[in-house]
Amino acid sequence: MLTYTIRRLILAIPTLLFISFIIFLIVKLSPSDPTASLPLTIPPDVRELIRESLGVNDPVFVQYFKWLKLMVWDEPLHFIEGATGWPVAPEGPRIISYQTRSPVMDLIAQRMPQTLWVVGTSYIVGILIALPLGIISAYRQYSIFDQVGTFISMVGFSVPTFFTGVLFIVIFAVNLGWFPSVYNTTHVVTDWDSFVVQLKQIIMPVMVLGLYNASQISRYLRASMLDNLNQDYVRTARAKGLTEKIVVLVHVLKNSMIPVVTVIALNVPAVFGGAIITEQVFKVNGIGQLLIIAIQSGDVPVVQTVSFIFAVLIVLFSLIADILYGVLDPRIRYD
Amino acid sequence: MKKRYSLLLGATALALAPAAAMAERGASGHLNIIYWQAPSTLNPYLSGGTKEVESASLILESLARFNQDGTITPWLAESVPTVENGGISEDLTSITWTIADGITWSDGSALTAADFVFTWTYCTHPEGGCAQSSYFDGVTAIEAVDDRTIRISFAEATPFPYTAFVGSESPVLQAAQFADCLGARAPECTDANFGPIGTGPFVVDEFRPNDVIELSANPNFRFPDRPHFATVTFKGGGDATSAARSVCETGEFDYAWNLQMDPTILAGMEAQGRCVVMTSFGTSVERIEINQTNPDAALGDTRSTAEGGAHPFLTNQTIVQAMSMAIDRQLIVDVGYGAGGKATCNVLPAPELYASTANDACLVQDIPGAIALLDGAGIVDSNGDGIREYNGMPLRVLYQTSTNAVRQDTQALIKQWWSEIGIDAELRNIDASVFFGGDPASPDTFQKFFADVQMYTNNFAGVDPQAYMADWACDQAPNPSSQWQGANIPRFCMAEYDAMIREMAGTADLQERGRLARAMNDMLMQNYAIVPLVHRGGVSARAATLEGHLMSDWDSELWNIMDWRRAQ
Amino acid sequence: MTETADRTAAPAPATPALAAEFETYAAPRNQWWDVWDQFKTHKGALFGLGFFVFTLLFVFVGPLVWTMDPQFIDIRARNAGPSLAHPMGTDQLGRDTMARMMAGGQTSIAVGLTAMALALLLGTLVGVLAGYFRRLDGLLMRTTDLFLAMPLLPLLLVTIMLFRDPLRANFGPEGGIFVLIVFMIGVTSWMQTARVVRAEVLALKEREFVLAARSIGTPSRRMITRHLLPNVMSPIMVSATLGIANAIITESALSFLGLGFPSDFPTWGRLLFDATDWLTQNPERVIWPGMAISLTVLSVNYIGDGLRDALDPRIRGR
Repeated sequence: MLTYTIRRLILAIPTLLFISFIIFLIVKLSPSDPTASLPLTIPPDVRELIRESLGVNDPVFVQYFKWLKLMVWDEPLHFIEGATGWPVAPEGPRIISYQTRSPVMDLIAQRMPQTLWVVGTSYIVGILIALPLGIISAYRQYSIFDQVGTFISMVGFSVPTFFTGVLFIVIFAVNLGWFPSVYNTTHVVTDWDSFVVQLKQIIMPVMVLGLYNASQISRYLRASMLDNLNQDYVRTARAKGLTEKIVVLVHVLKNSMIPVVTVIALNVPAVFGGAIITEQVFKVNGIGQLLIIAIQSGDVPVVQTVSFIFAVLIVLFSLIADILYGVLDPRIRYD
Repeated sequence: MKKRYSLLLGATALALAPAAAMAERGASGHLNIIYWQAPSTLNPYLSGGTKEVESASLILESLARFNQDGTITPWLAESVPTVENGGISEDLTSITWTIADGITWSDGSALTAADFVFTWTYCTHPEGGCAQSSYFDGVTAIEAVDDRTIRISFAEATPFPYTAFVGSESPVLQAAQFADCLGARAPECTDANFGPIGTGPFVVDEFRPNDVIELSANPNFRFPDRPHFATVTFKGGGDATSAARSVCETGEFDYAWNLQMDPTILAGMEAQGRCVVMTSFGTSVERIEINQTNPDAALGDTRSTAEGGAHPFLTNQTIVQAMSMAIDRQLIVDVGYGAGGKATCNVLPAPELYASTANDACLVQDIPGAIALLDGAGIVDSNGDGIREYNGMPLRVLYQTSTNAVRQDTQALIKQWWSEIGIDAELRNIDASVFFGGDPASPDTFQKFFADVQMYTNNFAGVDPQAYMADWACDQAPNPSSQWQGANIPRFCMAEYDAMIREMAGTADLQERGRLARAMNDMLMQNYAIVPLVHRGGVSARAATLEGHLMSDWDSELWNIMDWRRAQ
Repeated sequence: MTETADRTAAPAPATPALAAEFETYAAPRNQWWDVWDQFKTHKGALFGLGFFVFTLLFVFVGPLVWTMDPQFIDIRARNAGPSLAHPMGTDQLGRDTMARMMAGGQTSIAVGLTAMALALLLGTLVGVLAGYFRRLDGLLMRTTDLFLAMPLLPLLLVTIMLFRDPLRANFGPEGGIFVLIVFMIGVTSWMQTARVVRAEVLALKEREFVLAARSIGTPSRRMITRHLLPNVMSPIMVSATLGIANAIITESALSFLGLGFPSDFPTWGRLLFDATDWLTQNPERVIWPGMAISLTVLSVNYIGDGLRDALDPRIRGR
């Protein structure tokens, strides 16, 4: 397993280079323009000068290699300097956003907290709801609990967040006045009271996203549990006199986790990627909002950098999932 | 935040002890503003978007501004220079401004003429990519005559010289802060771009690009009793409906900008009594532009250019006149714009001096008239498919616009009216970032105009239409050799029109300029190159408790924020 | 699916003659009748099927009965609640909601089913191949990573720029966009299925019945179709249900971004999106499309459940 892991990690480098180049090509090819959002009162020749100053018109390869060099060399050094205080950061330009003309990494760092708070929490909440829901639904198949759970999770998955978000705002922010409808990104948690404020402002987006995540995971878990509950080893385990609790929660659950682990690992990078629509509805202004605004305004460096970090996480978590399969089912071998 | 605020107040109170009898600065407390499009920088020279310009206008100021009526008002200047008071030279080639006495930057240093000279250098640097450089077009020199006097010289006689340093788009930057940020180094000055030192009522405490700005009252502001608000939160993000909701329904915010949403929904929110919806009209007109050239894909490279030939039927004025007659402009206003729109028949609807009344017949929908017109011209449906033919060519048009709920409703309405007079429309909506983007590789930009008709809004900044009317000159038509740049989107071309453009450039007399502008507007209208629909105004909502706001579409909506206060 | 099932099935390919003989004696009727019999006993599945058929009738046959034009604007009747003239009310331009629900349902169901089928096909193919053939695993899974990492919106913008006009020329304005949307949704949503299926196959292929089948020389194609595919049916069924919902919603997000169907062309997702702003003033407008999407997905889910049980010979035997 160790050699496999090392081999996969080495292989990840050419994979990521390839992925980053493909992403770059797509982003460059897509017909958006950094001056598109400017008012029409700004004349075309001024727009051309703006594009020129941003380097939009350079050859694609030049732009890609400039970006790559900054991404894999300069930016990590800046990160080290920022984290430790060692003066290792090189002089010279960084990856600069077209819209803000400021370093892209600073923008990402600024938006990480709210994205992790909202999307991260919602993911944990989703898993915490999904596990019992999936297990009980499968164990008591076609019981009232299962029927209600199926109904809620299907509705939760098929009603889009642009609607549930607004619905929650209308009910809980407008009519009941319990929670704020606008997320305050400058709020800092220092004590219990400020934590309660934070809790109030994340609860609606977390529930909206959590419901969606829980639906998906619980469906896979339920299906997989159902498959396993009929297996011979379950009968054997029961025949051996193991308690029902141990049979279901240890043997069956462990063997049912493979698709669940896949789905969870697949979506963890998405936590970093933020949630475009939910962030917009609640004005969370995290990574998802950064990405969508960057796409809309043709901000290639931001789109490219965020997508690249996303790709790194995807490659990493697909490796983690593969290792976890081996843990869950020792018969799985890759060598 | 709170602590810092009270410290600030204390300092102010000390400095202004003699003025204590007046209302205190910051007495109204905290103000929450929401712009559903968030500003990406506070340097309006680096991004010319409305959101950036308006947010920066809390901090940065210019010599003169336009008030709610569109009248020039001195701001940092003592007075507005005119030919009469000697501020503008007799030959119209220079203008001399004098800075009002005792104006300081928020860091306490004095505002001098050198700052203006620097700002000009900053924006006209060839590598800077300055978004507002058109405000310095035709300027040959800006000199500091003395510490408080600035002379701007133009290459040729300029009848309307109030461009540089007038309005919120070209404010003055502090030379000391931006000295190292010229040209290609502009992006390295993140701190300066995100926290410019200004002369305005507020200073930046924290700026998060595309998210939120925290501001507090400028302790060195020239009016000791203003601004009335001590701190401001300027939040961005979401969409227009949710911004309106946060002012009108939850009351979390005091001011929401640019509420482009269904007027019925907005009226329903306003009826709850927590907010007041305000509108103001500048020069924006939602219009349908009629392609004068042939957009047929079979033409290849000459598609939608003069070389490709005239449009097979849209250059026939009878057809477009009928199309215009079939539109009920007032209904479009009622459905999509509400108080934020007025039906119009002119592409140049304001200021009053320039607004023509010659075309107002189009205000009333006349479908029977349109049908009679087409029938009379022999443009009839000869094969019974419900669509008329002209020279054997069925009247089918591709009607494109940007993606936006109101525009899609308007498209649907117009499609139905046109079908009633036997003209078929295929609708297409294109993402705004593509439609308004200038990417020459994309077939979907409004400049390329690979469609028969298209709809969007355009306007001009300030109050002088000369440059705007010059957009429809023959040589301004986009084509491949100019990388599809050019402002004459409908590819209108008439020698008489071009002659009038030249005449206007040499005319100083205001009445005569008005006559020329009206005549040019009428020429565009009566040749049916453009079918105007709605004169659009800015729509914003303020909390019922917010006072002192003067809505203006001629300048930043926040232009008089120093006078805003909370009702007692 | 069970090992028992496979043990009975496994020898079949090895001794085809015997199996055929066995079938002629013991199975005088088509095995699909057994599947149907089992399916019938699943109440949820029957209800799901019934509702799904009802929905299909509503959207495809409905317009023959309710002949109002979904694009006809009757501005005097705008924002009306349900009435005899407009059983589901009207929208902000006075277009009949019931007619729009029918027209929108045709598109949404067609997009949902075809995009889901495409994604399922791709995902299952990639997943099975990557899980079964170790040589292909690296390449296929890294391709999956690539697709996962791709920013969807720029990709769509590029595709639309490159392919819209040729498709429009070949299939007409709506047909062209339909092909484009189905293709794009399918091509960008198969990755989860692929990963889930691969993981299951990785585990399955170390199980005794697979080793047994392999040891008697079963060819790979047969191994996959006979032994692996039937055993990964449940996650595939879940992916199918989630896939339909995903396709319908993605389509609405695309229309919202101006990348979908022409604006006067209703779909359920778009109707729901447009109605969201009217939540407080005309709440019935969100209920119709919201219910239609949820209940359709729910009914497909139940059909999937029933089908999975019915196809499982061990449950069928119970």
